[in-house]
Amino acid sequence: MNKRMIKIILHLLFLVITLIWVYPLIWTITSSFKTNREMFSGSTSLLPNSANWSDFLPWNWGNVIENMNFSNYVNAWELANFSGYFFNTVVFTVSVVLIVLVLCCMTGYVLGRYTFPGKTVIMAAIVATMFIPAGYTIIPLWQLINALGIGGSMSGLVLAESGGTHVLYILLFAAYFRGLPKELEEAGKMDGAGFMRTFLIIMLPLAKPVIASTFILQFIQTWNSFFIPLVFTIHRPDLRTLGVGMYSFVEDNSADLVGMAAGATISFIPILLVFLFFQRYFVDGVAGAVKG
Amino acid sequence: MEVVSTAKRSAKKKHISTIRRREVMWCYIFLFPQLVIYLAFTLWPIIASYYFGFFNWNGTGWPTHFIGFQNFVEVLQDSYFWGAFKNSFIYTIGLVVIVVPTSLIVAIILNSPKLKFATFFRSMFFLPVVLTMAIVGIIMKNIFAFEGGFLNEVLLNIGVIQEPINWLGNTAFAMVALILVGVWKGFGIKVIYWLAGLQTLPKDLYEAARVDGAGIVQQFIYITLPLLIPFLVVITFFQTVWAFNVFDLVKTFTNGGPYFGTDVVPLYIYRYAFEIEGGFPRMGFASAAGIIYGFATMIISIILGILVRKFGSTKTT
Repeated sequence: MNKRMIKIILHLLFLVITLIWVYPLIWTITSSFKTNREMFSGSTSLLPNSANWSDFLPWNWGNVIENMNFSNYVNAWELANFSGYFFNTVVFTVSVVLIVLVLCCMTGYVLGRYTFPGKTVIMAAIVATMFIPAGYTIIPLWQLINALGIGGSMSGLVLAESGGTHVLYILLFAAYFRGLPKELEEAGKMDGAGFMRTFLIIMLPLAKPVIASTFILQFIQTWNSFFIPLVFTIHRPDLRTLGVGMYSFVEDNSADLVGMAAGATISFIPILLVFLFFQRYFVDGVAGAVKG
Repeated sequence: MEVVSTAKRSAKKKHISTIRRREVMWCYIFLFPQLVIYLAFTLWPIIASYYFGFFNWNGTGWPTHFIGFQNFVEVLQDSYFWGAFKNSFIYTIGLVVIVVPTSLIVAIILNSPKLKFATFFRSMFFLPVVLTMAIVGIIMKNIFAFEGGFLNEVLLNIGVIQEPINWLGNTAFAMVALILVGVWKGFGIKVIYWLAGLQTLPKDLYEAARVDGAGIVQQFIYITLPLLIPFLVVITFFQTVWAFNVFDLVKTFTNGGPYFGTDVVPLYIYRYAFEIEGGFPRMGFASAAGIIYGFATMIISIILGILVRKFGSTKTT
């Protein structure tokens, strides 16, 4: 056997391993097209009983719609209120990501590029929070949000999730801005640009890679957030996000496996799209966490 | 002439100092929102989480019934707390022992220039990381189901088992299942960490080793491993803290069952604070348990860091 063959076999082996690795996701998607009766009899096939692979031939398109039980999605979206959960999650995620981005790039910019009295203290305070053992901080957080009069509202939920210090992002921004050439400000000053304009017009556009990394890391984290939405929507079922909505759905409908699978697929699609499109920045951001 | 020039100079200095003062002012303006958020949402919750631990308090209003260290004593005397602590510990050790070495192996394969489609493979390993942990728990609950569950069906079909396994009905199996899912979920991110580490390795060192006649295994033991020790420490630390704080997965996957067999401390605390059936929530007690657990996590991760470093340095010498 020559080297080339071995190489191909090893590649195939690795491919099989990775396919098994992602199979739970494939299982979820395929289950979402089946019926509950099939699921309970222990279906392991890729397609529902009602469909054939030949349905996917271009001239059989009509059969796909007929045989693939799309009603699971319609039921999840309309009856099980996944449309509401989806909408909540979008509002929640977008707001949190925007707040975190604005806060972190402003803080990182100043810490990375300027000296001013008190800088070391602030830097130390931010980093220290990573190492202080915290107790059960959700209780004071819950209390604080209520005291601000926004308990049980979307803005309270958003603030609870985005509040806190995002040390990693601040450090990423600070390191990036520190690395930009000094001439940039001087050129800005020459043109009579003030602090704010230098930041907005010269610096910010240059920070795109860090903005992208922060955006995607925080997006995925917020979209997948469970603990804070679970606690903060206890008295407001209508504010539930996809994770919490899904959890309450299976509590009430534990026998509806295909509904569960359809709901899970609905909540995975946006995050998978974001991941696929911004993958490079994601990997950079994650790698930055361990290098720093 | 001289007088004129000093006047000019001082005027210039004055100009610079106003610019400088304005700059400092802008710095503070930029920091202000973060500072407010920091004080309110980071520092205050940490301080308050300590304070609340000393009160008998059901969560309404402000705590007034000071009881000293009673909550802490009660937590430390509660066998359920220690049961949950033991489970958290087993889960964490299981994850670290499985994930840290295997993710390094996968990273080395992915980093090999001989591997085609490396980006594709990397994405596949990474995929579980981006999925919602809570929903993964729900899916896994169905995959590991006793009757008609996908895993049992497959194992029965290929003849590995004759009878379906009651994965989530048996404490030992449930813990194994929980660890397996935890490994699966966090694996990809450790691969990325290792890849970042592997990319820092100097190529000429391997060149020199090859010239000296070192084989692949020797290169790995004498060059790769020693240089990766700092990454080993960081990855072990991240994995430990991550595993110690697992909540979403346990809540949705096993909910601590069966018979508290997979009950972990974050879930234990959550029950006292938010899931009291009849009766009042015990926020003070939950806070005390949180502090004890916070310190335990810190101490264990420090010990682990020291151990890993020691182990690493003895290996290199």
